Order: sequence, then structure tokens, then C-alpha cells
Amino acid sequence: MSSTLLQVIAGGLLLGAVYALFSSGLTLVWGMMNIINFAHGDFVMIGMYVAFVVWTLFGAGPWVGAPLAMLVLATLGVVVYFALIRSIMKGPMLAQILGTFGLALLLRYSVFWWFGANFSSLPENLVGGTLEFWGLHIQASRLLAGMVALAVTLALHFLLTRTALGSKMLAVAEDDTAAQLMGIRPDTMQAIAWAIAAGATGLAGALIATFFYIVPTVGETLGIVAFVTVSLGGFGSVLGALVAGLLIGVIESLSAYLIGAVYKDMVVYALFLGFLWFRPQGLMGRV
Amino acid sequence: MNVRRIVRLVVCAASVSILLAGSASAQQKTIKIGAILPLSGGAASAGEHTKAAIEVALDIINNAHPEFGNFPLAKNAGLAGLGGAKVEVVFGDSQGSPATGQNQTLRLITEEKVVAVTGSYQSGVTLTTSAIAEKYGIPFVNGESVAANLTERGFKWFFRTTPIASDIAKADYDFLSDMKAQGVKTDSVAIVHDTTEYGVSVANVITNTFKEKGRAIALDIPYAINATDVQGQILQLKEKKPDVVIMIAYTTDAILYQKTMQALDYKPPILMADDSGYSDPSFVKAVGKISQGVLNRSSWSIGPAGSPTALIAEMYKKKTGYDMDDTTGRSMQAFFVLCDAIDRAGSTEPAKIQAALKATDLKPDQLMMGYKGVKFNEKGQNILASSLIIQLQDGEHYVAVWPKGSSDKSPMLPYKGW
Repeated sequence: MSSTLLQVIAGGLLLGAVYALFSSGLTLVWGMMNIINFAHGDFVMIGMYVAFVVWTLFGAGPWVGAPLAMLVLATLGVVVYFALIRSIMKGPMLAQILGTFGLALLLRYSVFWWFGANFSSLPENLVGGTLEFWGLHIQASRLLAGMVALAVTLALHFLLTRTALGSKMLAVAEDDTAAQLMGIRPDTMQAIAWAIAAGATGLAGALIATFFYIVPTVGETLGIVAFVTVSLGGFGSVLGALVAGLLIGVIESLSAYLIGAVYKDMVVYALFLGFLWFRPQGLMGRV
Repeated sequence: MNVRRIVRLVVCAASVSILLAGSASAQQKTIKIGAILPLSGGAASAGEHTKAAIEVALDIINNAHPEFGNFPLAKNAGLAGLGGAKVEVVFGDSQGSPATGQNQTLRLITEEKVVAVTGSYQSGVTLTTSAIAEKYGIPFVNGESVAANLTERGFKWFFRTTPIASDIAKADYDFLSDMKAQGVKTDSVAIVHDTTEYGVSVANVITNTFKEKGRAIALDIPYAINATDVQGQILQLKEKKPDVVIMIAYTTDAILYQKTMQALDYKPPILMADDSGYSDPSFVKAVGKISQGVLNRSSWSIGPAGSPTALIAEMYKKKTGYDMDDTTGRSMQAFFVLCDAIDRAGSTEPAKIQAALKATDLKPDQLMMGYKGVKFNEKGQNILASSLIIQLQDGEHYVAVWPKGSSDKSPMLPYKGW
């Protein structure tokens, strides 16, 4: 019994780390320019397809697929910033919401058109199969994703708080006119923020692809979780997303096992709403 | 109420014939049929496979295919009963949503003027789409939705060719009893199902069928569809150790379950699936290799070379690159049944098609699926539908394993997995 419970918690933590991994990009974009990217789940999906294509064409695992997905998505992030975000940022809130939502559909159905609606999957042993110790079963692919999640979160946090680039980005986020007067170009900073956010999301997608199914509509399923994680963690807080991801993962796993799978979303969302009642800015968000 | 429709039809027919007479080359008449399928959304792969199958059926119906022998509608081009009229299918995308499906059905009936409707894959969607057809008095033939209540609504325009939940539950029960007689342990049964119309109704019917025969379901695990994680469910199963696990899941979750079972090293002694997700060709491609020995139900099996089923399988494979599967086959069969009724009705008038559907009496050799025939009861349910138990023995192809007479392999137990 207790070993099963341990397995549940371990699984929950790994799941949570993955949630955190694909939420960091979303929270970064919000923190930088107050834009909610509704195409976020579809960025993850494209990362998954990059990993899939790399495996199909070259038989290579995430060691090649993940960096490549990061590059592809970073490029896509910059393109999206200059082609879409820069102009809709000047528009009303509704235009921002519909703009990124339109982007989501465009990405989803482009992939749909190209790859078809079929489900795909990477081989289960692409990242070393399942590890067994102390009676626990840990999927190597999830462990890798979890560790990368930790690394990415810490790297982003370090970037924002300890580097000149991070300070410049935060300066633009705070007051872009003042930043401009200090010789910082808001456009460049925001484009970099999009590149980093989308790159991290692509990396997440490529790693998730090693243990999840791949289908053009997968962004819908994953996108919702990212939004919950980010709002629980506090919009704009990278560390908050990590803590929130881990919390949600463990609560989901525990409630699915102890109460029943059908109730797990109810438990998670009830706790989530209850928490927002007391702390609307999230765990580590600014007011 | 019918007078107005008849007037409308007469006006329609008159204007069509005037148009036809006007054009220099007298065009062949075309019969428009609507098909509501999930062409986007989570079940889009199933929808696309069905769409391809209907297109293969159109090829068979609209062009001369003498190689099909006595298979209905194949020999000559078009529908003989309507002077060789060609059949055209207008597709509507339900996105897997009951509300969208309903709107699309309304569009096909009122704008596209289809004379009959087929579809709509998920039982929950068929529930609403068929209600619209009923309201407009348009025949609706369904080939794949198994929720029992669909034919319990007193509808007059709804016909269903597939075996339904109660047939399936009985087949599952009989199969397990047979296995038990052979010394396999089948005492405790667990059901894992989603909370959609389909998942709940099939789970309920299986539970009740087993209960009536004096066997309780030991463990019932419902879950919400499109899960991001199913570890909790697998760990519950792993702890309770049921002898038999019955999975009722669409493709998204089915793939996740199989991946998670492998990750947590869990193999139930007998793993049975209820079609849908586990029959999706892309499920087999994605996780077939780690699902070896999963049992499933099916009414599809390829006959000897040159038989209509073998020809259909070949045409379908050529078009899609995938093997024909049970769900797609059942949908395609429904479409053939509908076209056969229109052909016999010799008319596009809904009431005449309805009457022809009611008079349907197809024999096994006139079908592509392994039913004992197609004959509807007063509720519109095919009383001759039946299914086999199949098994994914090599991880790539399902083969029939039960009942003995109609299968060439015997079941391989316990479940092998990977």
C-alpha cells in the first residue's frame, strides 16, 4: 500500500514537473508584455511534431529533436512576434485574445492538413525505457522531462534576475517608454522574450512527445493545464509555475488514486478556485 | 404536415428537371446524402477513416464493378432503381461536439437538401444529429454508435445497423464463460470507461448483463475523456488485481492507457477492449507493439481473395494506406444499407426511403460486415447484427479468435503486452 502511494506521489511530481515545463513559456510572455498566448498549447504540439519528424527521418531521439524543436519554435516565436503580436498589442484586449486564438487554429489545422488526423507515437524505449528502484517505476522519458523542467525554470529565473539582458527585458515590461529613454529597444527585447518563451515551449513539446501521443489537436488538452498552472503560480512568475505545476501534478495523482479518476479535475479546480479566492495573484504573482 | 413537404419536393423536382432539360447535355441525376462525422477535434482520425471508406463505397456504387458479383449496387454504374442516378455525399464536420453536429445536420438538411443522413460516430453526437433528422422527417442510418438508448426514443426515422451495447455485453460474457470453462481465471472483472454517452452506456449495459447472470463487476473506474495522465487508474488496477479488465475508451485515452500500463509494468491477465479507440488503425500503429494480446470486438473480417470484402479491403488500403478496421467498416456498411434502400425505393422521397429501410432484408452474402443479416425491428435496430472477439496477437493485426466456428486462431492468454 505505502509503496503504491509512494509511486502515486512520485508519478505526480514527475507529471507536475512536466506541467511546469510547458507552462514556463506562457508565464514568461505574460510577465513580459501582458499578453495571454492562446496558441501556447499548439506551440507545444508543434514541438512534439518536430521531435516526431526528427525520429521518422533520422531515427534520432530527443537529444537531436529537443534542441531542434527549441530552435524551430524560437524562430516561430520571433516571426509571430513581428507578424502578429506587435500589431495586436496596440489593439484592444479582445483583439489580443482573438489574434492568438486565430493563430492557434491556424497552427493546428496547418499540421492537420500536412500530417492528417492520425495519432502517432514515439517508441517507448527511445529514452531508456522504465527505471525500477525501491519498487518504484519511473519512466526515463518523464524523468528527463522533469529534470529539464527544473533546469529550464532555474535558467529562466537566473536570466531574469541576474543578467543584464533580463534586467533590460524587465525594464521594458515595467515601462517601455522609460526603457527606450535608457537606450533599450522594446521591440528587440520583446522579440527576444518571444524567442525564449517559444523555444522553451518547443523543448517541452519535444520531451513530452517521448511519452504522450502526438496528434494535431493535442494542444487543446495540454493548453488548459498550462493556463491553470500559470494562474495558480501567478502570471509572470517562472518559479511560481514550477511550484504550481508540482502541486497540481501531485494533487491530480493523489485524487485520481484515492478518490477516483473522474473526480480529479473537480478536486484540482475546486482547490484552485478556493485558492484564487484568497490569493487572486497566484502563489508568486505580482498584484 | 406532409403536404407542404411534398409540394416543396415537387417544386424542387420540377425546377431541377427544368434545369436539366435546359442544359444541352442531359446531366445524370444525383442523389445527395449527408454524412456527419468528427472531421476535426479529438476523434478526427476516426472521422477521416470513415470519410475515406464512404468515398470507396461511392466508387463502388457510382462506377460499374462487375467483379463484386452479387454485392448490392456494385454491378452497374449508379443506382439502377433511379435510372442510374449517381450518389453524392455532402460531409458535415461535427468536431466531435453534439451541438456542432446538430447545426451541421440542420445545414445539410435545409441548405444542401440531402435526402438522407448517415453518421455521426460518437453516440453523444448521434443523439442530437438524429433528433434533427427526426424533426425534419429525413431518414437517418447509423452504423457505429452503440449506446443502447439511441433506439429507445420512439424515433421513426432512425435506423441502426451495428450490434449494440447489449449484444456486445453478451458476447463478452459468453467469451469469458467459455474461457472459464477452459480453466482460465475470470472471476473478478474491472471496467474502465470514460464518462461520455458511449462510455457510460456501454459500461452500464455490461455491468447489468453480468449482474443478471449472477456476476458482479468488482471494480468500476470512470474517468473524464482526453486525460493528461492515467496513472491513478492503472495503479488502482494494479493494486486490486482483477482477472479481467474491460477498457471502454476513445483513441486519445486508449493510447495513454497502453503507454502507462507499460511504464508501470502492469499486465492484467485478460485485457478486453470495446472497439472505438482500440480499433482505430492509428492506435494499432502507435501502441500496437506494446498491446500484444489485447482482445477486442469486431464484425469485420477479410474473406478469401476476390470476395467483396477482400476487394473492399484492397480499395481502402490503396486509398488510405491503412487496413480496414471494424468501426470504419460498420460505418461503411450503414452507408451501403442506406443506398440500397434508396435504390429499392426508386425515389428520393423521404417517406419512400423510410418504407424501403423498414423492408430491408439483406442476407450475409450481401454484406461487407460479418452480421447474420440486416433487418430492422420497429425501433429501427438491426436484429441480425452480431460480433466476434478478435485479438491483436502480433501487435499489428487483429485476428478473429472467438467464437470457434468463425475464427481461425484461438485466443492467446494471458495478455502479453510488450
